[in-house]
Amino acid sequence: MEPPEAGCSLSLIACSCMSGKTLYDKLWDAHVVRCEPDGSTLLYIDRQLLHEVTSPQAFEGLRLSHRPLWRVKACLAVADHNVPTADLEHGISDPVSRLQVETLDGNCAEFGITEFKMGDPRQGVVHVIGPEQGATLPGMTIVCGDSHTSTHGAFGALAFGIGTSEVEHVLATQCLVQKKARNMQVRIDGQPGPGVTAKDLALAVIGHIGTAGGTGHTIEFAGAAIRALSMEGRMTVCNMAIEAGARAGLIAVDQTTVDYLKGRTYAPQGEMWERAVAAWMTLRSDDDAVFDQVVTLDGAAIPPQVTWGTSPEMVVPVDGRVPDPEAQADAVKRESLWRALRYMDLKPSTPITAIAVDKVFIGSCTNARIEDLRAAAQVARGRKLAANVRQALVVPGSGLVKRQAESEGLDVIFREAGFEWREPGCSMCLAMNADRLEPGERCASTSNRNFEGRQGYGGRTHLVSPAMAAAAAVAGHFVDVRTFS
Amino acid sequence: MKPFTRLTSRVVPLDRANVDTDAIIPKQFLKSIRRAGFGPYLFDEWRYLDRGEPDMDCTNRPINSAFILNQPCYFRAQILLARENFGCGSSREHAPWALEDYGFRAIIAPSFADIFYNNCFKNGLLPIVLDAADVNALFLQTGPGFQLTIDLATQTITTPYGATLHFEVDATRKHRLLHGLDDIGLTLQHADEIRAYEARRAVEAPWLFA
Ligand code: SF4
Repeated sequence: MEPPEAGCSLSLIACSCMSGKTLYDKLWDAHVVRCEPDGSTLLYIDRQLLHEVTSPQAFEGLRLSHRPLWRVKACLAVADHNVPTADLEHGISDPVSRLQVETLDGNCAEFGITEFKMGDPRQGVVHVIGPEQGATLPGMTIVCGDSHTSTHGAFGALAFGIGTSEVEHVLATQCLVQKKARNMQVRIDGQPGPGVTAKDLALAVIGHIGTAGGTGHTIEFAGAAIRALSMEGRMTVCNMAIEAGARAGLIAVDQTTVDYLKGRTYAPQGEMWERAVAAWMTLRSDDDAVFDQVVTLDGAAIPPQVTWGTSPEMVVPVDGRVPDPEAQADAVKRESLWRALRYMDLKPSTPITAIAVDKVFIGSCTNARIEDLRAAAQVARGRKLAANVRQALVVPGSGLVKRQAESEGLDVIFREAGFEWREPGCSMCLAMNADRLEPGERCASTSNRNFEGRQGYGGRTHLVSPAMAAAAAVAGHFVDVRTFS
Repeated sequence: MKPFTRLTSRVVPLDRANVDTDAIIPKQFLKSIRRAGFGPYLFDEWRYLDRGEPDMDCTNRPINSAFILNQPCYFRAQILLARENFGCGSSREHAPWALEDYGFRAIIAPSFADIFYNNCFKNGLLPIVLDAADVNALFLQTGPGFQLTIDLATQTITTPYGATLHFEVDATRKHRLLHGLDDIGLTLQHADEIRAYEARRAVEAPWLFA
C-alpha cells in the first residue's frame, strides 16, 4: 500500500514542518492508516479496554449488523463501575447494575474477549489494571469508553476516552476516525516540598489553565518535577489531564517507565523485551520540537490543594480561602461562583481548614494505587477518625493492589484508625454502586471530579490527595498535611 | 443515524458554563444497556425536584418549574444555546443520546468538551461553535418565540432579524451528518489498508501483535 501522504499529519500545524517532533506527533504518525485531505485520519488502535457501562450498546450494534471483532486480542475487559465493594459473596444486589455486569460477562464470552471478572484478584478499576498487567505499553494507542483513559498516557502511550459508538467502531475495525489535536506542553520544574503529591500538581495545573485550558490539545507533562514522579504519580497527573480539557495526557518514556513494566504479564519478554525497550526509549519529544502552547509552573511553589467548588478548576491551596464571587468582574463567572458556593453550602472567604467533612473517600483511578494507600496509611497510622466523620472508605484500585497493601499491613492501620477496608472498584468516585454521599454530605475525596451530584445526589465533594484525605479524616476538617502532627 | 440538513426551531437558552455530562444525564441512568429512552431523564437533577431512577415514569414527578426546559414556551425546542465548555466530564455517549432522545438536534456554544463534541456527530446532533460574543448576542435575543434556522450545507445560522452567522464544521463530519452515513461501514471500505498497516507494524513492533 501507499504510505500515508507525506505531511499529512502535519497539515494542521504548518510551523512544525521544519522542527523536531513532539512525543504526540511521533505516536500519531506511527498509527496513521490513511488520511483525508481535510486531516480526517484513520488511526490504528493497539488496545481497547472495555467496561460494563459504555460497552453494552456497542456489542449490541455489532450483533445487529452481523459484524465480527477485528482483533480479539487487542481487547481486555473488566467490570468496575457497578461492582459492590463489600459483601462480594452476595453478588450485586441492585438488579439493574447486575444486569449490566452480566451483560459484559455474556458479551466477552460470546466474542472471546479476556475479562477479569468480579472476585478475580486481577479485577479492579480499568485504568489501574491496564498498567498493572502490562497491557498498557509505551508507543501504543489505547482507547476505552471512559474519559480517564488519559491515565495511560503516563507510559508514553497515546490514550484517550471515546464514546460508545466509537467503542463499536474500534471493535469492528481496530481504527478510529480522528483529527489531530494540537500540542501543549505543561512544564513543572522545581521539586515540590514534602507532603505535596502528584495530585496537588495536577490540581494546581487545572487551577492555572482551567477545565477548558487543554481543550483541543494533547498535553505533554514535562519538567524535573514530573521526571521525579513514580509511575503511580505520573498516572495520577495524566488521569487528571481530561479535567484540564485535554483528551490525552502524555509523559515521555524513561527508565522509571521501563522498570515499572518489566516482568508484567502482558509486557514483552526476553529478546523481544530488549527490542521493545530500545524502541520505547525514543518516545520523547525532540529537543527542537515546537508546541502550540507551553505553560510553566514552579513545582516548589505548589502547596497541597483542595477544591472548594463544583468544577476541578475551583481549587485553592490548603492555606487559602474560599473565594469571594463579588471580586469577580465577569458576570457569568460571578454567577457560576455563587452557584457553586450555594451548592457547596460555603460562605465566601471561609478558610479551607475551617471546612468540616462528613465522609472521606480514598480510592478511584486517580489515587488508589499502592503508593496512594501507603501515603494515606502513613497519616492514619496510630490515629483515629474524628468524631464528626461518619464514614471513611479505602477502596483499593485493584485486587492486586489490595493484596499488596494487606501484605504491608496497611489494611490493619486503616481499620485500627476506623476506616473501612473495601474490595476494588470505582465505588464512591461516581456512586453507581451502593457507596455514595447522602444529600448535603461533605466529602474529602481522592477522586477526580467534584461535579454536582457526582458522589451521590446532593453530595459535596472536595478533591484532595490521599494524604490530605487521610488527614481530614483524622482531624474532622481539612488540614495542611505538611504541618499535621 | 438521522441526517441533518436544515432546521428551523425555537431555542432554549441554558445560561450556565461548564455543563457537564453528569448534569446532562446523571450516572444512575448509565446502568441501562439500551440506547434509547434517555430523553425523559435529560438534566434530571435540574428538571425534577425528586431523585430520578432508571425506568421511572416521569409523568407524575414534581418538576422544578424554575428550570428553563420546564417553561412551556420552550417545549419542543430543538436547538440548545449554551455557554463555554459544554459537555465536559465523562465520556458517556448517554449525554448526546439523552439530548437527541429529548428532541434536540443542534447545540450552540462558544466551546465544547472534545469527547462530547465528537459523540454528537455520531448521533445526528450538530454541535456548533460560535465565538463568545455571538453566543452572548444570541442569549440577549432569545426568548419565547425566538427561532433560528440552521443550514448545515451552507454552514449558516439565520436569525429572525435576518442576520446570518457562519460556522465551521470539518468536511468529513459534515458529509457524514448531511447524509446520515454509517461510520463503521465507511471505515470497512478501507479494510485492505488496515490489514496492510497491521502487517507493516507487526514487523516494526512485533510485541504489539504477540
Ligand atoms: S474510578 Fe471514577 S473516574 Fe475512574 S473509571 Fe471509575 S468512575 Fe471513572
